[in-house]
Amino acid sequence: MNREANIFLNCLLGLALILTLGMSAALEAADAEQGRLLYRENCAQCHGLEGSGKGINAPHLEVAPRNHTDYEEMNARTNEELFKAISEGGQAVNKSVLMPNWGHTLSEEDINNLIAFLRKLCCEQ
Amino acid sequence: MFILRNIVLLTLTAVPTSLLAQEAPIPAIAEACASCHQLDRSEGNTAHAAPPLFYAGNKYRQEWLEQWLQAPYRLRPAGGFFADHVITEDGIDSVDEASLQDHMAVDSSKAADIADWLMSLTPMDDLLAASSDYQPGSVSPRMGAMDFVKFKGCGGCHRDTPEYGGLSGPELYTAWQRLQPQFIVSFIKDPRAWNPDSAMPSRGLNDGQIHKLADYLKILTNED
Repeated sequence: MNREANIFLNCLLGLALILTLGMSAALEAADAEQGRLLYRENCAQCHGLEGSGKGINAPHLEVAPRNHTDYEEMNARTNEELFKAISEGGQAVNKSVLMPNWGHTLSEEDINNLIAFLRKLCCEQ
Repeated sequence: MFILRNIVLLTLTAVPTSLLAQEAPIPAIAEACASCHQLDRSEGNTAHAAPPLFYAGNKYRQEWLEQWLQAPYRLRPAGGFFADHVITEDGIDSVDEASLQDHMAVDSSKAADIADWLMSLTPMDDLLAASSDYQPGSVSPRMGAMDFVKFKGCGGCHRDTPEYGGLSGPELYTAWQRLQPQFIVSFIKDPRAWNPDSAMPSRGLNDGQIHKLADYLKILTNED
C-alpha cells in the first residue's frame, strides 16, 4: 500500500472513531425518561405502550412493528442503526416503509433520548 | 390628543392580527367547547382531549361544521389522544371503547352560531397561504390507495375507508368534506407547525407528493 493510501485509510478510521465516540457521548448524556415520554407520544401507537410491537395500529399494518422488548433482536442492532431507522425511516435500513422517518420532526437529542429508553426497554430487565 | 390617538393607532397596526384574534373573548355559546378543546393559542394542548380549535377557521369547512355539530360522529377511533384510551393485556393494546366519550349535539340554530364563531378563528392565515398554490387534481383510486397505504404508510394510523387502516389518527374518508384543501396540504407538510402535540410526523415530502395525497383524499368523497 502506498503512503497516500495509508494516510487516507488512517483518516477514515479516525473519522469513524470520532463519529462513534461522538454518538457514545451523546447517548451517555441522553435522558431515558424523556425518551419514555416521547415513546408514549409517538411510537406506542404502533409499537405498543409496553413496546411489544402490538400497538393499536399493529393489526392494521401489513408488516408487524418491531418488538422492542426482544433482547436478541434489539441487541443485534447498534445505536447507529437505531438512530438511522428512527431518523430516516424503515426504508433507510431495508425495513418497512410503514416506519416513518422522524428526522424532520424530532431533534437529534430527542432521538438519542428515545434510543436510551429503547436500551432500557429491551436490555435492562 | 392627536399624538395620543396616533400612538394608539400605530400600536394597534403593529400588533399581528393573530394576537388580536387570540384576545377575542369566547362567546357564551362556545364556553362548553373549552372543557376539551384548546381555544386560545397560548393555552397549550397538553390534555390532548380533543383537537385544538383556535385555528378552526383555517381548518374546517363551515357547512361541514354546522352539520356535524347537529349530528356528531366519531372522527378519531381511539379518541383525542390514543394513549388515554388504550388497555394493554399480555402486551397487546386495544382501544378501550368504554373510555370514549360522544361529542355533544346542538340544535341547528346553535350549530350555525358556533360554526360562525369557529370560522372567525383564523390566526394561521400566513401558514395557510403558503399552500395556496395547491389546485385540487385527480388521481386514480388504485394508484392513490397504493401511494397512501404502501408507499407513504399513511394507512398505518389513518383509515381511508370505514373498514381499513390504523386507529390512532383521525379517519380520512370524510377529510375532504370537513377540511379546507389548503389546510390538508399544509398539515401534511408540517403537522406540528399547526399542532405541536400532533402525533403525526412531518415526512419531508415535496409539494408534488403532498398534492397527490390530498388528491387521493378528494376522490374518497366522490366529489367532482
